Parts: sequence; C-alpha cells; structure tokens
Amino acid sequence: MIGFWLLAPVMVAAALGILFTRKAVHAALLLAVVMIGLAVMYALQDAPFLFAVQIIVYTGAILMLFLFVLMLVGVDASDSVVETIKGQRLMATVVGLLFGAVLVVGVAQVTVGAVTGLDEANAEGNVPALAQLLFSTYVFAFEATSALLITAAIGAMVLAHRERLTPKVGQAERAAQRMRDYVDHGKHLGPLPSPGVYARHNAVDTPALLPDGSAAETSVSRTLTARGTVRSAPALADDVTVLSRQIGHDGRRDGESGTTGNGRDREPGDQA
Amino acid sequence: MSETPFIVLSAILFTIGCVGVLTRRNAIVVFMCVELMLNASNLALITFARVHGNLDGQVAAFFVMVVAAAEVVVGLAIIMTIFRTRRSASVDDASLLKY
Repeated sequence: MIGFWLLAPVMVAAALGILFTRKAVHAALLLAVVMIGLAVMYALQDAPFLFAVQIIVYTGAILMLFLFVLMLVGVDASDSVVETIKGQRLMATVVGLLFGAVLVVGVAQVTVGAVTGLDEANAEGNVPALAQLLFSTYVFAFEATSALLITAAIGAMVLAHRERLTPKVGQAERAAQRMRDYVDHGKHLGPLPSPGVYARHNAVDTPALLPDGSAAETSVSRTLTARGTVRSAPALADDVTVLSRQIGHDGRRDGESGTTGNGRDREPGDQA
Repeated sequence: MSETPFIVLSAILFTIGCVGVLTRRNAIVVFMCVELMLNASNLALITFARVHGNLDGQVAAFFVMVVAAAEVVVGLAIIMTIFRTRRSASVDDASLLKY
C-alpha cells in the first residue's frame, strides 16, 4: 500500500505534465514515467507477467516507436497554441473535469464485496495459470490476435512504402544541377561553411563570422536554430573582452576573431 | 488492500487521457493520450481480476496490450504518411474532407 501512495501522485503529476508540455518529446518521456508506474501497480496486484510485459512491450517497444517517429517528424515540431474552434480548450477542460468527477465519485461509492485475492488462482505460478487460460478458454481470441498482428505488420509496410514517381537523382545529375544553379542564380558551388572555430568555443552551435563581422546563418544547423540554442557571435566577443580584463590582459585581442573553420582567411595575431 | 484507490487512480488517468485527446493538436501527442487511456483501463481490469480472484481480467489486459501494439504500429505509419505529404503532424491541418 505504501508503494501505491508513493507512486500514484507521481503518476498523476506525470500524466498532467503530458497535457501541459509544449514539446512532444517531453510528453513521451512523461508517458514513460506513467507506464513504469503502472507496471509497478501490476506487480503490487499479483500480476508479475503483466508487469514484465508492460515494461518490455509498452515502455520498451511502443514508447521507443513513438520516439523514433518524433525524431523522423522533427524534434522542433512543437504544438501550436492557436485554437481552431473558439473556446474549445476551455470547454474540453470543463467537460473533462465533470467527467472525471462523475467517474471518481461513482467508482468510489461502489463496493464490489470482499477482495478475494489471487493466491488461489496463482497457486502454481502466475505464468502457468495465464497460459492455461490463454490456450484453453481464450484460444480462439489468441489465434485471432495472430491474424491481427500480421495485418498490422503488412499495413505498416504498405503505408510506409512509397512508389518512386521521378527517376532517381544520381551524383552526376546533382553536380549538373549545382552548376545550373550557379549559372542561373549565382548560388555558391561548394559545401556550406563549417561552424566557427574560436579560442574558447568551437562547438557546432557557434556560427562562423563573415568578413563584415556578422554571423554566417548557413554555418549552423537549421535544427539548432529552431531550438534556439545557437550562440551569437557578438556575445562571444564580449565574453573574451570580459575574460581578458579579468586576467589583466593588456588588451591584445588574440583568438577571438572567427574563421570559417579552415583558417585560410585569417592570420593569427594580425589584429592589434 | 481495498480495490477503490486503484480504480480511482485508473479513472483519473483515463480522464487526463480524454482531456489530452480533446485539447492537444499534435497528432503524436493525441496518440500518446489514447495510449494513456488504454493503460488506465488495463489497471482497472487487473484490479478487478484481483478482486474476483480469477485471472480472466489479466488475460483481457494482455489482449488489450497486443491490440495497442498493433494499433500503434499502424497509427504511427499513418501519421508518418500524412507528415510526408503535408509536412505537418497537426490534427488541424488534415482537413481536406471538410471542403
């Protein structure tokens, strides 16, 4: 019973968190908390087999599938807060609260008699007892399950399969297209610039500096920009000024100027 | 140990799942809330199995898990297909049938 009262608030809090987090990844992780909590609830109620299945199938397989799809869809795809139907969110909350109140009050008032407990049913072990039921009383349902699983696997393959409508673009076609872009729009032929390499920062979230001192937008990944974790180049320069003042440097500003990564267009120490 | 706290917890989780399905816009999060509702009903099934002293409730919960696994596979494949054609996982953007 202590396990229940310790876990139940955590589970309800995590479930409420699913409602309020903006990012889908956080919702998936909170759902994992709820599912592991439920697994412990199953263990508390003499269901060791379902405890294992809950952790292996739900937390292990299904949630990982959710996370895979989230990675494919894009982590920066967060929820929009625009309501398409006016007042829908408020109405849903009110209806949800009413529904929950009715359900909880109704359920709390019902008594189903004394709790029998599973000691007798689990006498020869939970797994053998479940197997006995599955392969006798529920054997047709069990067979139907196999058909269901096959259908789901084929359905997923059919949905994920994509017919190729255009011919495959190879390396030669890509190179020709790049040249055509250069001729028509003057688009740069080479690869995108690499992120900035500075004395104190050289991570991928640091943009390279252009000759005029502005940050090169194309030198950092679009995903990092969407997440808002990109450092700004002027802030980096301030950082170095403060630091050099702290260590009593004589104001020589070495190593703070950015290069585009290969260092060809910069000679160290040429700025006074 | 009485069965009421478990059933009340199951009811609360089911309600939270319902509200999530109604309010969230991201199709994947809506799907997660459906999973939450399925899990809440599983908790009730297992609790009643213990109350009545037979394992039929646990077998039912087992079948619910199998159906949920199949459902997640197909559902996520549908969401991926919609995302590939419309570049969005929002449930509001798939509204072609409305017009």
